[in-house]
Amino acid sequence: MHVPDGFLDAPTSVATGVVAAAGVGIALRRARAELDDRTAPMAGLVAAFVFAGQMINFPVGAGTSGHLLGGALAAVLVGPWTGALCISVVLLVQSLFMADGGLTALGTNITLMGLVGVVVGYAVFRLVLVVLPRKLGSVPVAAALGALVSVPAAATVFTLLFAIGGTADVSVGKVLAAMVGWHVVIGIGEAVVTGLVVSAVIASRPDLVHGARGLARRTALRTGEVAA
Amino acid sequence: MGAGHGHRLHFHGHSVVHRAPAHLKILLLLGFVLTVVATPREWYPVFGGYLALLLGVVLLARVPLTYLLPRMVVEVPFLLFAALMPFVAEGPRVALPLGGWEVSVSESGLMAAWGLAVKGTLGVLASLTLAATTEPTDVLRGLQRLRLPDLLVQIMGFMIRYLDVVTSDLGRMLTAMRSRGVDPRSPRHWPALARTLGALFVRSYERGERVHLAMLSRGYDGRLPGDAR
Repeated sequence: MHVPDGFLDAPTSVATGVVAAAGVGIALRRARAELDDRTAPMAGLVAAFVFAGQMINFPVGAGTSGHLLGGALAAVLVGPWTGALCISVVLLVQSLFMADGGLTALGTNITLMGLVGVVVGYAVFRLVLVVLPRKLGSVPVAAALGALVSVPAAATVFTLLFAIGGTADVSVGKVLAAMVGWHVVIGIGEAVVTGLVVSAVIASRPDLVHGARGLARRTALRTGEVAA
Repeated sequence: MGAGHGHRLHFHGHSVVHRAPAHLKILLLLGFVLTVVATPREWYPVFGGYLALLLGVVLLARVPLTYLLPRMVVEVPFLLFAALMPFVAEGPRVALPLGGWEVSVSESGLMAAWGLAVKGTLGVLASLTLAATTEPTDVLRGLQRLRLPDLLVQIMGFMIRYLDVVTSDLGRMLTAMRSRGVDPRSPRHWPALARTLGALFVRSYERGERVHLAMLSRGYDGRLPGDAR
């Protein structure tokens, strides 16, 4: 569910565009520091993965369906900077090539899902990981909690933007209650799927999960005589 | 697996609109939607003018409307939201004749719904026109000319190049699930779906690593050669 054109007024759209551009700029630099010259192919492939994951729709109830947003998932799997970059690229491509999400609302969408969703999701993930025992099994739980919080957090920021630059005369309290209530439900689904996906990746390739770095058990290299 | 580089929205053609430089089209689209969003919603005739302008461009591009209209469904959830506005908004209420009944709705909510619907629809139609008349590689080249950071354009390029590969990978996995009696949409089968997505992530990541190595062995140094795009 992307914010379309005309939802927020022009000044707010331009302001969120500036925020999004600054955020993507920082994410680009940090991702490059992390991935070096692997950045372009790796981030491109992860973005394609996020896009594919978003294509699966789940029935949310009342005849509507929702899909995975993937902000917290991407942050845990490939790190917050690359994750934010990948989500932003997905939104860019959806807006420019698929007319999904308005071009003037691109800044808003990137700010909400690419920056707020990823940063909040990753921050909660890190906090929970501090509390939980230091073992691999804690990572999916922390990822799920990060996802659970990230979705209503993005909804709250949207309500804030709506209060500033909304084009409808609706009481902010009502919008906040409806948006947050609805997105907690979506967040629960997001949390379950995120936790399960992270645990599935950890089961086969724990070395690929950015959020599990330093937790994977290292098998000592054993050397010995070989019988001739 | 080499199939499907085309993208779902592009409508092949050789019209003036198709041949126009991509960076120009992107700038025009951005200018157009910004103008639409900034136009006060009470200026009804102006929106008619915008629509006429847009339809003129579509006609010039010789893209049939029957091709564009079904693709406007991306807008539907948002139109439902707009339709809700008159009922939840504040302010003085007016009676609206609706199928024999008089429904009391908020006046400002009605205006908001009109504004959202008309601006959103114009935005979607304009974006669709760009997507239908411009090859993805041309859009990327246009973005490059507009000084979008080179790395960002490269990432977008890789995403678009491998989008169909990854989604058809997922498609085959979902087919395999369904043929074994698993419904990927049902929450009951989320564990199976999550393992599928986990496997898809590992596959995509490893594909990225292989692509990177293949690029290195062909002399990649962080920049793509100019004619490759």
